[in-house]
Amino acid sequence: MGILNKFFGGSASVQQLPAGTVTVDRDGRIVTSTVSSTFPEPMLQAIGRDVLELFREARVGQIPLSEVSLHFGSLRITARELRGGAIIFMFPQTALSPAFIPARP
Amino acid sequence: METRHKILILDDDADWLSLCRDQFGSLSSRPEILTANNAKRALALLETENVRLLISDLKMPRIDGLQMLSIVRRRFPGTRTVVLSGLEDEDYRSRAYALGVDLFWLKAEMQRNVKLFCECVEALLGRADTENDTGFRGLQSKSLMDIIQMECLTRASTVLRVTRGPLVARLWIQEGELVDAECEGARGEAAFQRLLAWKTGTFENLPAEPGHERVIHKPVNALLLESAQTLDENAGASTEPDSVESNLHRKTMWKLAQLTREGAEFVVAVPLTGGEPEALGTQNPAALAQWTRRAAEVARRLGERLEAGPLSHVAGQSIERQTVMLAHGEMAFLVGWPADATENLAEKSRKLVASWES
Repeated sequence: MGILNKFFGGSASVQQLPAGTVTVDRDGRIVTSTVSSTFPEPMLQAIGRDVLELFREARVGQIPLSEVSLHFGSLRITARELRGGAIIFMFPQTALSPAFIPARP
Repeated sequence: METRHKILILDDDADWLSLCRDQFGSLSSRPEILTANNAKRALALLETENVRLLISDLKMPRIDGLQMLSIVRRRFPGTRTVVLSGLEDEDYRSRAYALGVDLFWLKAEMQRNVKLFCECVEALLGRADTENDTGFRGLQSKSLMDIIQMECLTRASTVLRVTRGPLVARLWIQEGELVDAECEGARGEAAFQRLLAWKTGTFENLPAEPGHERVIHKPVNALLLESAQTLDENAGASTEPDSVESNLHRKTMWKLAQLTREGAEFVVAVPLTGGEPEALGTQNPAALAQWTRRAAEVARRLGERLEAGPLSHVAGQSIERQTVMLAHGEMAFLVGWPADATENLAEKSRKLVASWES
């Protein structure tokens, strides 16, 4: 296993964008993940912590949010509050991605 | 040179006048204290002296305190009024507030809490000068636009009675919809336009009149926009330079009109480098500003770490509302929308913020 890496490894690579779903508990620990295992886990944990911080700060600010979406140029992160933790969906945005996702009725 | 404000104390008790003179003369703003032992003399002083604050007793011979306050409200609308009475009757308190007094205190209460009372007097003295004074009593530092906006946003049903000296205007609001207005002999939309030109006055909420005939059919946001435009045109036609206050007032009106026209609930503009946030449509700007700063910071950190490109916006959803946070250079904006809004809120927020900034 990994024989190809021995021959072709070592070249510079562009950081992948995460695609998939992660659930984190109230302490920011990853419970389940469908994101590729090549994506660094510390980075996923950092996303989880940041998302939980957004929910926590919103509660402090008296605007308790059930869902938060961060829209970047090439990635959309949507998180839903889940009993103190969160389920986080990550969608890389490509030219084929819908430019506008309508709000839920 | 700093001007000393004048306080006029009206009471038929000479000892009490002497006590008050000493007490208020030692206030930190060092006001000039005038005294009168009857209403006639007090009116003469009000005519000749530029009195900022009148502190009046209620129980007096010939013209009683309530009559005096009524006269002062009509003839000297810029003078702040405080009632300091020995009458422990709720009815008098209600009647005094209905006449538009700024403060009602019992003499015994005042003697027990001299420091607090003096702070209240200082606060009343410290408010804007009568010439340039804006805002409506009962809700200081809020414009009439703010008051109407609040009533409509909360879907209230009420009759707003607005008084400015001898002028009285009424607004009929039914479940957040403006149904009629009456001002300076006009009715309907024309009355509403005239009323919005008032910058000072007092207002009170009267019980709703559900059966009142509907004369205004335009939504209040459209009327606000029209009024803002009319005021802008009038200001442009004027040859006199506008004061900073009136410019700020028009700017606020314009922003409010934009907010209501788009259907947003609130906007909070937050300088990311620190400083006071600017907010319209919310009573909780500090907490919202804090969350906006944190959200901008978290989004910036995540974007850099993931190399995900520039942040477009952060959307939030709760049971009560939807929010959109946009970061524009050194500023971040949080726009609140109703929970059931289904349009492209990011795009609408962007437009709102662009007009806000311009």
